[in-house]
This record gives sequence, structure tokens and C-alpha cells, in this order.
Amino acid sequence: MTSEEARSGRDIAVVAFAQTDHRRSTEESSEVEMLMPVLHEVLAQTGLRTADIGFTCSGSSDYLAGRAFSFTMALDGVGAWPPVSESHVEMDGAWALYEAWTKLLTGDADTALVYSYGKSSPGSVRDVLTRQLDPYYVAPLWPDSVALAALQAQALMDAGHTDEPALAAVGARSRADAAANPHAQLTGRVPQGDYVVRPLRTGDCPPVGDGAAAVILAAGQRARELCARPAWIRGIDHRIEAHGLGVRDLTDSPSTRLAAEKAGAFERPVDTAELHAPFSAQEVVLRRALRLGDDVCVNPSGGALAANPVMAAGLVRIGEAAARIHRGACDRALAHATSGPCLQQNLVAVLEGDPR
Amino acid sequence: MPEVLKAPLVVEFPFTRSLGPVQSAFLTGLREGVVLGVKAADGRVLVPPVEYDPVTAEEIRDLVEVAPTGTVTTWAWNHEPRRGQPLGTPFAWVLVRLDGAGTALLHALDAPGPDAVRTGMRVRIRWAQERTGAITDIACFEPYDGEAVQPAGHSGEFTDPVTGIVTPARLDYTYAPGRAQSDYIHALSGRRTVGERCPSCRKVYVPPRGACPTCGVATVEHVEVGPRGTVTTFCIVNIKAKNLDIEVPYVYAHIALDGADLALHARIGGIPYDQVRMGLRVEPVWTEDARYPDHYRPSGEPDADYETYKELL
Repeated sequence: MTSEEARSGRDIAVVAFAQTDHRRSTEESSEVEMLMPVLHEVLAQTGLRTADIGFTCSGSSDYLAGRAFSFTMALDGVGAWPPVSESHVEMDGAWALYEAWTKLLTGDADTALVYSYGKSSPGSVRDVLTRQLDPYYVAPLWPDSVALAALQAQALMDAGHTDEPALAAVGARSRADAAANPHAQLTGRVPQGDYVVRPLRTGDCPPVGDGAAAVILAAGQRARELCARPAWIRGIDHRIEAHGLGVRDLTDSPSTRLAAEKAGAFERPVDTAELHAPFSAQEVVLRRALRLGDDVCVNPSGGALAANPVMAAGLVRIGEAAARIHRGACDRALAHATSGPCLQQNLVAVLEGDPR
Repeated sequence: MPEVLKAPLVVEFPFTRSLGPVQSAFLTGLREGVVLGVKAADGRVLVPPVEYDPVTAEEIRDLVEVAPTGTVTTWAWNHEPRRGQPLGTPFAWVLVRLDGAGTALLHALDAPGPDAVRTGMRVRIRWAQERTGAITDIACFEPYDGEAVQPAGHSGEFTDPVTGIVTPARLDYTYAPGRAQSDYIHALSGRRTVGERCPSCRKVYVPPRGACPTCGVATVEHVEVGPRGTVTTFCIVNIKAKNLDIEVPYVYAHIALDGADLALHARIGGIPYDQVRMGLRVEPVWTEDARYPDHYRPSGEPDADYETYKELL
């Protein structure tokens, strides 16, 4: 929903964003050791301390690193004693941000710390992600995440919406743009490589890696005190499609389009879009669903094809879009996050800076 | 910096799941070589069938038999099959719309190579030799250029329906405990228990996890604690755990090692279980080549005063 529709009508903004350097492995660090510097950095940007934060919300999945209740240990990095008002989602941090946004709307809190992290290096993320699938008809076949994305890519090619060179260009553009992003894992010229699961080649797939991200949200005047140019959340919404892959039209993303509509994305053009498209073909689907023209700057950070810390990559999109508004490089941005196979669930946020 | 500690970790569960009536009919059908769909509110026949309408969320129960033949709606060539996947040799992942169905089913297609696969190609089910009532009763699909097979109009009623499935899941990890816990484990291998002190509140955490949960800052200063400690609280275990070679009943206790601000837990031995008490002073017992104390036993000192450990309960 857009904030105009929200009952209290409070304006809420992203006022700070921090992320780790995303790397293939962080085996020398536990999750909290990886996360803590990011928490300190995002707090330092605003001058806030943990005790000043009204609500804390995080997103992560224990399956990634195979550590039960890892999110409770990650909370050590926040300084959660005496007890803080806190919540966790077993989802990308973008959904934790959504929960924090609603909490601020209620007026219960004026500031929120949102963070998420993912360590894919201890396991095989392609196989780990099979465990999120329908446990009766799909998970017993162990279709890995690349295979499912490849089915979507082939459907898109069959429909005439893309071809292999066009997909390769998506990856090449992403990694070229990522050269200016010091946190990205895969930058510059990267060979398109062999098929991983045809029609997707290495270059069409995200790098596997570890990373964390954090943002601070603040409401109204508090946001103006904490940030010279807050990134106001004008609208945010998330929608989900049927879990059966064969029920969906994989060449389209009606859930993204609906979330964007509800978030007010189509009311005025955006100048920037940060799209969470882990696979090259998914950017093609999202551009079509969001009706993004060539004049929109898509994924100036390099996107998920340059760094894909699972559970944090969606929150990173919101953070990257907000950071561009903070530094005056953008006035109105769309940020998107996805979850599940083949863009099953999608979140869209519209962010704006005050007129310059 | 010492070497990064790593160890293999296998997470494995045999998930036992009960089935709803539609799922039960579908999987029982597969066991009998019959494919059933369910009619959705918009008239589409959903295969595989679901319990609730994907658009309206209505309960749907109208079962319809469809053909074991169908058409590929999209595909992806998998040249390196992974563990647990339907075929051990290169195959195509396919979504197949069976004749009579309005939606597509995910499975594998056995084909000689990617050049033999295309969207729109005709395929049929290859049944598994032994069928139990599971999606894997379909071994895979295979290319088919014959006539569409007409379904016989099965009612969806079976005399001996499948009511549940067991789906084993296994994930393999390489566990690395991180900086603080690695230091702790390295020290233990020298039979020393080393915690870490918070630079802010000065508490000593044992075992350390790298962060002070009160202050949210990194703990860095190493502090050797123990070896002796005080039982702060305990329980008596009466149920024998699987694969555990310890006679019940035994005592499991929280032990505040001398100098530590957090109690760790360990088994208490060397004393009858019903004589263990709060305040009991204990010391570690090491066995040959062990990386951590096997258990703690009474040290022979007088019991500790409640005042000395009440903050550590």
C-alpha cells in the first residue's frame, strides 16, 4: 500500500544503509561476526545507539549455513539485553523491512533497525533452495534453483522475449556497472562460460557468496534529523503467486506488477530501478512487468548478478536505491525484492527524495 | 591467526507428511498407474492436483483422470544430474501438460541430448518399476510419437489409499564456527578453557560467540577461566538418548567456571546422581585425546556460598 492509504499517514524513510563486501566465503567468521560491523556502521551513520532504536527486525534462513536458531545468535550483535522490541522473518530482509515499516506506521516506534544476512558458503545453495519447494510433488525430485530458473529462461525464449545474446548482455552490463561498487563480488568482464543448466550459462547465474546488509528507518521529523536527504518510502507492497510452477505463466510476473501498482510505482516515472533478479532472464521478466523504459537506470549497483547474498540481496536493492537518493544521484527509485523459485513472490517499494 | 577450523556437517531428516484427500488420491493413483487431476473453479484441470483453488482458495475435490501422455511446455537441459534427482544420466527438466490437463507437471525427460528436446514435443510417462504412492512413481517422461492415450475415467476412489509419505531430506555442509569459537576450541585442545571479555561491560563469556549480547560489541580479550567451577543448577536425565553411551539416570548441570560470567553446561560424574546439589564445586575430567572435558566431578572443596553464584543462575 502507499503511505497515503495508511491510517496514520506517517512519512517513513530509509535514513541509512550499510552492507558487507560480498565474498565467496567468510569461513573465518561466524554469522554474528560477519554481521556486527554492518550493524555498527549503519548505527554510526545516524549517531544512534541500540538503545535508541524503537524496533529491530531481521531476515535470514538457518538452512543456508545449516545452523539452527542462528538468528538468535545474530541478535547478540545488536545488543539485545535488556530485551529489545524485536522480530525475525525467515525471508529476505526486504520483508523484514516491510514489517518494520508497518510497525512505524502504527506509531509504536519512530526508528527501526532492519538487517539480514546469508552465508551460502557452508552448503550448496542450489540444493538448499530445493527445500523451500512443494514437499509432496516437487521437493522429492530435488530440482535445484538453477534448473528452475532455466525452465523460466527457456519459456521466455520460446515466447520470443529474449535470446542467449540478450541474456549475456544483461550479465555483462550488470558486472560492468558493478565495477563502481566496492561491495560487489563479481565485477568487470566475466566470461559467459558454459551451460550450467541449458539455456543458462555461468554468466546468467549469480555468484554464490556470503554477506549482510542493514538499514535504518525513521518516521517524520526524526528522519530529517538523522539524514540530510531521507529516502521516503512512498509506497511498498508484496504479492505472491501460486506455488505450483506449472500453474503460473513463467514469462510474466503479475505479482510484481500488482505490488508495483499498489506501491504507486506507475503514478510517475522512476529514474532508477534496483531489481532483485538473480538470473539474467528474470531481469527481462521484471522489466516487462514493471514497464521500465530504456531511460530508467536499472541496477546501477550491478544487482544480484554481481552479488547475491541470499536473504540479504533484496534488502540490498532497497538500500542501494535509498543510498542513491541520499547522495542526490536519484530523485525517485523503484526497489524490488524476490523470494521463491522463478520470481514466485515479489516486493516493490517506491522511494523518493525531497525536491532539490 | 590460527587455521580456520572446519568439519563436515550433515543435516538429515526423514520428513513424514500426512496427505489431504486430493493429494492422497493423486499419489495413490500414481501407485496404480493412473494420473488424476482436480477441477478448479475456472474449469481448468490442475495436474498435479491441489487441495485448494490457486485463484479462489476454495476447497476443490472434483477429481478427473488425465492421460499419461502430454506436451512439453518448457525444458532445461541438465548435463550434470545432482544427488536425489530423478535420473543419474544427463536429462531434461520439463514442464509437461498432460492430455486433458490445463496446467503442467514438473519432472525429468529421458532424452539422448538437448538436440532431441524442444518445447511442444510429445512425451509420455515412464512408470517406475516399484511404486509406493509418491511423485517418484513416475520414473521420468520419455519421447512419444504415438496417439494420445485416452483416460479411462477413473473415479479417484481406491480401496487402499496412501495416507502419508516419508521424504528423506539431506543437506551437506562444511561447518566453520568462526573466529571466537575457533579460538575457544583451539584452547580446549590444550586443555585450557578460554573465554572472552566484553570491552564495555567487562563480562567474561564462556564459551565465547564473538559478541556481547548486552552491549552488541565484539569480544576480543582472551581470559582463561576455571578449571574448577560451581554447579549453579542441574537436572536429572532419566531417558537414554539414541547413540549415547551413558547410563541413566545422570546429571546434566550448568557450571560457572571460576572467572566466568556465563555458565556452561556439562555432565556431572563421580558422585551418585541424587547427591548433586547447587553450589557443588567441580573440576573437569579429561579422557585421552579428547578435545573437551568428558564430564565434571566433585573437586572435594566445600560447597560455594549461594551469594557467589546467584547472579549466574
